Amino acid sequence: MQKTALVKALGLTFGAVLMTACASKGDVTEGEATQPLAAVEQAGEEAQTKGVEAQAVAGEQVEAAAAEAQAALMDITTFYFDFDQSTIKADSKNALIAHAQYLSANSGARVVLEGHADERGTVEYNLALGERRALSVSRFLQANGAAAGQIQTVSFGEERPAVMGHNDDSWSQNRRVEIKYQSR
Amino acid sequence: MRHVITLCILMLSVLNAKAELVIEITSGKQSAVPIAVVPFNWGGDKALTENVSQIVANDLSRSGYFKALPQESMLSQPHKQSEVFFRDWQLLKQDYLVIGDITQKPEGGYAVQFQLLDVNTKTSLLNQKLTGGPASLRDIAHYMSDRIFAALTGLPGAFSTKLVYVTTNRERTRFNLSYSDADGAREQNIFTSKHPIISPAWSRDGKQIAYVSFENGRSEIFIQELATGKREKVASFKGSNSAPAFSPDGTKLAMVLSRNGNPDVYIMDLATRKLDRVTKHYGIDTEPQWLPDGQSLIFTSSRIGKPQIYKVDLADRKPKRITFEGDYNARARITPDGRKMVMVHRSNGNFHIASQNLETGILQILTTDTQLDESPSVAPNGSMVVYAASVGDRSILAAVSLDGEVKFRLPSKYGDVREPAWGPLLK
Repeated sequence: MQKTALVKALGLTFGAVLMTACASKGDVTEGEATQPLAAVEQAGEEAQTKGVEAQAVAGEQVEAAAAEAQAALMDITTFYFDFDQSTIKADSKNALIAHAQYLSANSGARVVLEGHADERGTVEYNLALGERRALSVSRFLQANGAAAGQIQTVSFGEERPAVMGHNDDSWSQNRRVEIKYQSR
Repeated sequence: MRHVITLCILMLSVLNAKAELVIEITSGKQSAVPIAVVPFNWGGDKALTENVSQIVANDLSRSGYFKALPQESMLSQPHKQSEVFFRDWQLLKQDYLVIGDITQKPEGGYAVQFQLLDVNTKTSLLNQKLTGGPASLRDIAHYMSDRIFAALTGLPGAFSTKLVYVTTNRERTRFNLSYSDADGAREQNIFTSKHPIISPAWSRDGKQIAYVSFENGRSEIFIQELATGKREKVASFKGSNSAPAFSPDGTKLAMVLSRNGNPDVYIMDLATRKLDRVTKHYGIDTEPQWLPDGQSLIFTSSRIGKPQIYKVDLADRKPKRITFEGDYNARARITPDGRKMVMVHRSNGNFHIASQNLETGILQILTTDTQLDESPSVAPNGSMVVYAASVGDRSILAAVSLDGEVKFRLPSKYGDVREPAWGPLLK
């Protein structure tokens, strides 16, 4: 929860612009390549039109904020899903794009994507569902610049719950993909 | 690719985490037939380690077909037909009577003479002598139950069969593949791991178990020989390897592999290890199961967006949807006669076990008093379905008859019990 707050605070401007950019493309479907960097440049241009005097300083602030926001987004490594769904949720996309950009910029970085399901339904179907979730994240990362060779996927189905409860809140925390960096 | 790993059957000392299942019957048939199993005569010096007549009475009661008379209600305790006063048993409204006598064999072990009597016709229906070694009393009792059940119902008894299932501690840091009698007694762990174990499946001859182990960080399929503990990794392709199912003739193993990027059903020839891909679809295809003729499979697929059961003939490879009621039908198992299937079915948001008649398509929900029901497995005589369910915050095994009338539970004293698989009838 702290991380979420941090991201909100640091990435307010950056995130808001990014969201707008995404939203302007309509509801982004899974695997669609968005171009957040272009969005940031656009934002910069828009900011420039506001005041010529503050141009240089404002630019530095935007860059610093963007870098911090990027770092904060990288701290988000768990992504949640709806029941029996492997479609990436809209609120996961900014952080996943940050991971994709990092992987793109660091060709030596390697990740394992661990897919999980909640306990409802059958064990084997949930194993397949966890795998589809991991594959869905893998495709999204690749569409946003990561290379296939940087990503491995594995599913644990319903076998490794994040929390042990038997209610909606626990289930929502267990339907997830975790990004685990093997090398940075 | 072929790794042969010999695994010593772990010694009892490391298997202290035993689940110890204890049966609780929660519902019986209205039409259950009254039967009295009289405590057997034993002339030996030392008390016997097993109460044979009680095991028989429990077996028969658990089937739901019979209602055993409590020992304290008996007016007399005959051991021979000449000692039986049929009027006593008629008065107690009993239809059948079982009497017996246990003797020690000179060379060690036991001989059990038993008789099944019809109280109304005053005739003997079975009169047999069963013998076994020093540790065989429980086996003798289950075998006797099988004979009595078969004589009175015409169905083979399944009391001598075995179960395998997975037990875990609450923290999910230890997983055991456990093996026990059909009544949960004599549990042994045949494989233990710090990593998940799922989907145990029997070979038709009852000698091997295929299962999925995550011991190497992802799902791989192993086959283990029960008698020796020897095991072999048969599938460790890229991606997931899961849901093994032996073909009826034992030569093939159906399985689910995601080596081509998405879970699909394959058949492996066990002699050559050659793979034959059965489904090609971007949806989830999993939980394959053979029909008794070995010519077709049923499996779960999400190809319409929600899991439903499909049937595919191996000749034409065209999957046909066979479940239409409800938005979640998965993990189907076929009854031994091939006429019905049981599966996990969701209705009103609850997961229950349902049966579907394969000819008429009529669906019947069998379970109501447990939650998050999963992993149904049919007894080899088609009488009962064992499944895993959530009761309180524990995962337990429960069983229900194919008509939904008989219900019993096998709660564990320790941890969670999941993924039961009922073994075949053995000769």
